[in-house]
Amino acid sequence: MRALTFLLLESGAGMTGADSGKTRLVVGGATIAGLIAAWYIASTTGAIPKLDFPSPEQFVAAARQVVVEPGFADGLLFDHLLHSVKIILLGFFAATAIGVPLGLWMGWSRTAEALINPIFLLIRPIPALAWIPLAIVWLGLDDAAKVMVLWFAAFVPSVINSYTGVRSIDRPIIEASRMLGIGRMAVITDVIVPGALPSIFTGLRLSLQGCLTALVAAELLGAILGLGKVLYQAGLDIYPAMILVGMVAVALTGFVLTALLDVVESRSMPWRKR
Amino acid sequence: MGPALPTRQLVLLSAVGLAIFFGIWTGAAWLELAPRRFLPMPWDVIDRAFKLTETRFSGQTLQGHLVISVERYLRGFILAVLVGVPLGLLMGWYRWLDYIVTPVFDALRFVAPIAWVPFAALWFGTGIGGPTMIIFAGAFPPCLINAYRGARYVETRYIEAAQTLGASGLRVVREVLLPASLPSIIAGLRISAGAGWQSLIGAELIAANAGVGLMMVRGQAALDTSIVMVGMIAVGLIGLLIDVALRGAETWIKAKQGH
Repeated sequence: MRALTFLLLESGAGMTGADSGKTRLVVGGATIAGLIAAWYIASTTGAIPKLDFPSPEQFVAAARQVVVEPGFADGLLFDHLLHSVKIILLGFFAATAIGVPLGLWMGWSRTAEALINPIFLLIRPIPALAWIPLAIVWLGLDDAAKVMVLWFAAFVPSVINSYTGVRSIDRPIIEASRMLGIGRMAVITDVIVPGALPSIFTGLRLSLQGCLTALVAAELLGAILGLGKVLYQAGLDIYPAMILVGMVAVALTGFVLTALLDVVESRSMPWRKR
Repeated sequence: MGPALPTRQLVLLSAVGLAIFFGIWTGAAWLELAPRRFLPMPWDVIDRAFKLTETRFSGQTLQGHLVISVERYLRGFILAVLVGVPLGLLMGWYRWLDYIVTPVFDALRFVAPIAWVPFAALWFGTGIGGPTMIIFAGAFPPCLINAYRGARYVETRYIEAAQTLGASGLRVVREVLLPASLPSIIAGLRISAGAGWQSLIGAELIAANAGVGLMMVRGQAALDTSIVMVGMIAVGLIGLLIDVALRGAETWIKAKQGH
């Protein structure tokens, strides 16, 4: 994701010289401002029916209702947000704490790969969201069911990318480190893990995105609190302004969590040039 | 990592792995750690799959639900490809278009596709339109990003050669950028196909009047785990088939272009 932003910003600048970054910013800002103006005009003139999409005022009013008081769908936005983020982090850490070491081990040991890969191949093609009905049958509408779904959403990418990370390390590096006589543990901590780290983080980012999607879907199917609950209730009440507020909240949550992961990533790999 | 295992050992270990998986499943069901309707035996699931192909459940047989899902899927996926790929290519060529679309795209990117469900249901209903929109929301971004990246990485000399020979902008896009970025586009299609398929299942679980996702939700409501598992297996198999087909296309194009 950051790679995309990087690409979008840098490639344009490379082609026309220094001030194209500025042009991009101006045109981009103008586009967003134009869209907001068009939204305002279209909704006040009735070009967009109010029952299909809210006007800016309705959006602000709905945002105030859920952020300040009296709340919506049994809670303030903060309560929903806290609940959703808690489940995302639980599922994410429970899955990656197992998935990353397992992927590394499968990449490292041919025996482990041969033993585990067939089971993994059975689980892998099943989309994370397809686990939701099973999770509900087994665990009900509790948080535990959501954590189970998120676990599968985050587990698969973290295993695959950790595995690929180990396999992409140049053989001579491993052989050289062995020839120089470092111990087995040191090979893992000083060669394998750092070598696989870029790929591991690719996996973690996919895992995080998977968790967010899976959580919204699971909460849309039934929850007591959470961002998905806001969306569900707003859809049920045919309350377009609140649907939009819910979507914005989901997008901001995704943005902030991804940004946090970016910070962790660059801290973990100080040797990489940004 | 050691050398590749001999085939015999590989097959043996794989068989042991599968045996452990099914052994634990069957063992847990045999010990009745959970009632059989919650934890069916593996063969119960197979048996149920055959029954579902003959008798209707939630209005359709298993294959009926699958046909409906695949049809919706193709609609949304093809729409995403038809909009996303050309737009990405054009953005790679016309900078003003890039400047206009990118901020909007970046702003929408963090909305999980499934969060569009309430609007999709409100605007297009729960029949064909709503689910199609969700598939589109899931499948569109990878199409656009990869076509754009592919177009950006085309070697300048090809573009310059075409321009020297007097090709117009649109002709450059169609006859230089498109063929040169095909590998990147196909790689994007694979990601987008998976994302679209997953989005479809989500949409059908939450708001749809038929399809394999609805079958799974009804199975869940009836507390019939074997129906849910049949759905999961069917969904996994179709997803796998789609990926294999696109991987085939990828290899074919690479071979044709002489990579």
